[in-house]
Amino acid sequence: MDINVLLEYLPLYGEAFLLTLRIGWLGILLSFFIGVACAFILYFRIPILRTIVKAYIELFRNTPLLVQLFFLYFGLPKLGFHISALSCGVLGLGLLGGSYMTEALRSGLEAVEPMQIQSALALSMNKRQIFAHIILPQAIASSMPPILANVIFLLKETSVFSAISLMDLMFTAKDLIGLYYKTTECLFLLVVFYILMLLPVSVLGSILEKKVRYAGFGE
Amino acid sequence: MNTLLQQFGFDVLFKGTNMLRLLGGLGVALKISILSVSISIVLGILLGILMTLGNPLINAIARVYLEIVRFMPQMVLLFLVYFGATKAFGLNLSAQTASIAVFSFWGTAEMADLVRGSLNSISRLQYETAQALGLNRAQTYLYVLIPQMVRRLLPLSINLVTRMIKTTSLVMMIGIVEVLKVGQQIIEANRKASPNAAFGVFATVFFLYFIVCFPISMLSGYLEKRWENKG
Repeated sequence: MDINVLLEYLPLYGEAFLLTLRIGWLGILLSFFIGVACAFILYFRIPILRTIVKAYIELFRNTPLLVQLFFLYFGLPKLGFHISALSCGVLGLGLLGGSYMTEALRSGLEAVEPMQIQSALALSMNKRQIFAHIILPQAIASSMPPILANVIFLLKETSVFSAISLMDLMFTAKDLIGLYYKTTECLFLLVVFYILMLLPVSVLGSILEKKVRYAGFGE
Repeated sequence: MNTLLQQFGFDVLFKGTNMLRLLGGLGVALKISILSVSISIVLGILLGILMTLGNPLINAIARVYLEIVRFMPQMVLLFLVYFGATKAFGLNLSAQTASIAVFSFWGTAEMADLVRGSLNSISRLQYETAQALGLNRAQTYLYVLIPQMVRRLLPLSINLVTRMIKTTSLVMMIGIVEVLKVGQQIIEANRKASPNAAFGVFATVFFLYFIVCFPISMLSGYLEKRWENKG
């Protein structure tokens, strides 16, 4: 391995890293909003919307992100919806992640025992209080592990964005290998930057998971 | 009707053997996933059992292995093996061999983790109770432990199968001609005659993946629900 080559490529990778991170976080944020909205629709059994949400979840959970991106980026413009590669990446990641986040949050909400709600009613809490003080804290605690797993999964999925010509880490690596054949250095930097991206998330995640566990009941 | 099909670019699918070619592409992707799934299940069960034996050396190695798989995107692993193996060991892997190796490497780790989880989830009490009832070792495994394990493991591993099928779509990035690539070729070839082909073809690919994965997910969900309270 050649140190000079590594130093020369570092800025290129840094730029790609920031782009990947930007799409990743925007996409995850979007997926979180979609997830919260859809989980509420499912939990409160809102008619019609509930059917749409269910269809959306099944569609996006059962197709690969790469195919979704190709459809959004190359297919939709033919119907007149033009979106840039960047917003396409964010939208694709958000839609895919949204379907996973919905499942995580919904199962968290449903994991709260009916007994808890009955007890709260017996203590004469109103519906809003029950939701805000009884259901929500416990639901967040129990859906935290799957949410964190989803965040890591979504950050890993960003690696397919090079297919819609976003200059992300994969794209940079492939491009540089093709141009200069410094395969070892390129692949080494690729691995290092992905670890740099995922390690903090994983560590922060497990701290957060411990923090919210206090909301668990009876253990 | 014809103009409507043309407007949304679905007409190319009925020209010549285009639809058959697309299905052939899906076949290539499925072949890779079926091979990798079979390898992963066998090796994953073996590794999972090894991990519950409590040998510190095996556990340390397995832990490093699982963490690598957890952190590295499959795309990166694919690049490492496809480009890196050639460079580092002078191996000339075909794209298909490289992708099967990578997906098996990844799937084995996931499967091993599931097997370990389901083995550990059976409490020691079950084993002791079976002994107290006078069952011998073989009977304990056959009638008590294995049925419970299968009930925990099966829905999760079926779910892993759909994930592996979805991940095989990545192989187009190292030059394998699978369903997405065939789709691109069809779109290119019909650029003049049907300019909107991209919509129709990619919508079809989307739908093809859905009809492969949806029944498998349904089965997994059904089994999980059915066995939920009998574990």
